[in-house]
Amino acid sequence: MAIASEENLAVRLTGVSVRYWVPTEPVSTLKEHVIRRFQGRKLVYRELLALDKLDVELRHGESLGVIGRNGAGKSTLLKVIARVLQPTEGRVWIRGRIAPLINLGAGFHPELTGRENILLNGAILGFSQQEMERRMEGIVEFAELSAFIDAPLRTYSSGMVVRLGFAVASNVNPDILIIDEVLGVGDEAFQKKCHTRMEMFRRQGASILFVSHSMNKIRETCDRAVWIEDGRAAASGTPDEAIQAYLSHLSKVQAAPG
Amino acid sequence: MPVSGNAPPPTVYDSGIRRIPFVFEFTELLRYRSLLWNLILRDLKVRYKRSFLGFLWAMVNPLLTMIVLILVFTNIFRFDVNNYPIHLLSGLLVWQLFSRGTASAIRSLLDNSYIYKQIYVPPGVFVAASIGSALINLVFALFPLLVLTLLTGVIPHWSWLFLPVPILLTAIFSLGFGLVISALAVFFADIQDIYEVGINAYFYMTPILYPVTILQEPLATLEGFNPMFQFIDIFRKPLIDGVLPPAGQFGVAALMALGMLLAGWYLFTRLSGQFAYRA
Repeated sequence: MAIASEENLAVRLTGVSVRYWVPTEPVSTLKEHVIRRFQGRKLVYRELLALDKLDVELRHGESLGVIGRNGAGKSTLLKVIARVLQPTEGRVWIRGRIAPLINLGAGFHPELTGRENILLNGAILGFSQQEMERRMEGIVEFAELSAFIDAPLRTYSSGMVVRLGFAVASNVNPDILIIDEVLGVGDEAFQKKCHTRMEMFRRQGASILFVSHSMNKIRETCDRAVWIEDGRAAASGTPDEAIQAYLSHLSKVQAAPG
Repeated sequence: MPVSGNAPPPTVYDSGIRRIPFVFEFTELLRYRSLLWNLILRDLKVRYKRSFLGFLWAMVNPLLTMIVLILVFTNIFRFDVNNYPIHLLSGLLVWQLFSRGTASAIRSLLDNSYIYKQIYVPPGVFVAASIGSALINLVFALFPLLVLTLLTGVIPHWSWLFLPVPILLTAIFSLGFGLVISALAVFFADIQDIYEVGINAYFYMTPILYPVTILQEPLATLEGFNPMFQFIDIFRKPLIDGVLPPAGQFGVAALMALGMLLAGWYLFTRLSGQFAYRA
């Protein structure tokens, strides 16, 4: 289905809206629903527009920074791209394998060993057992966990878990890497290693979607940036342009009375 | 260094392509069969790893339970039924595949939401893993059952080769039912309570502790429409009596299992787009 212009694209969102329907009263049981049906009372839902006809493009090998206030729709955007949420409207087009670093170690189980968790995590990312066995050595080495890899995860420190999570996600050669504010964890040496790894990805042609509240990191890491406000792309362009627009908006909001 | 060069070709996902969820989610489930297997392993490892006997416990545990049950029930109930101890145990084992599988399935979408709220995986995989792990537990328990059956004086028969069929039918039926309740549990907080009351009532309505012959009409006839009784019955006949079930009874049981699966899959795939919003 690829159109010619899609050739060097990794992600394209066209007119994507995500609508949550929030009930105005907390009714969560079947019993209450049945009683309401008999009484003829209807549940009223309030509409919450998390993304509003958003257009975003991410080219191959590009890293795109996403900035904006809490609740502006950044996380929803990442979830739509990660295929976790289906858009209410609009079209999501993605080429390639996605590895989210939204929460490193999602799907890790404390009772399983590091090795077993690598296999499970790889399967969650859509890889077969054999593909993960092949990558095992590289992952263990990168995470610097050779001595502990057969111990249950509950004996790991939180830093070790993060290292394992990054090692898995970055060793499966994702075409698109989604990063949500996680590079601030771990010691400095490991952070440097992560940055080197990300640079290597980019040279190999992978695309990166990077959400952060740190404007410095966005400037350092990204080729382009988009500022999301109220579910819309309020500004996009070079990181400096987007950051400037965002910051001047922030100072206006803070200066305004009330 | 990461392995390169042998990565699979990039796949294109386009939400603009119209898909039939009923079909599409099935192909997705096949694509993620490695995850299905890993989830089953996770369940089995977590359950047995910390115990001294490890996986052996999976066989010893049902054996001990069976011996207790035989001692208790054969002294309380005196039914006029051929080989009551094995009649009871075989019924319980098949029932437990259903009850344990669905009890784990009903929680599966809520327990694993932390995974599918962060990364796409076909949600049916969690329900299938619940039933899959109950199925493997039953296979473990099958060995002590066969040993006890021999000890009660039953002679091994060719009909025992038929035993996997009712087990598979029970698993298929449990999967269908598990798909329904797991999806509903995402939307309604009290499904779990309703399920617990319901499964208890269903247990006593099904001739497991007692033979179907003690039922009076119309109850005896109604049991012909009880799927779980049909599966248990076509498990008992080859095991205890050394005969295959009538073709008609097998056909009805197979239709019940497949019908439940198709209905469950239809409901599940219609609702699955909303799980990440609701769970």
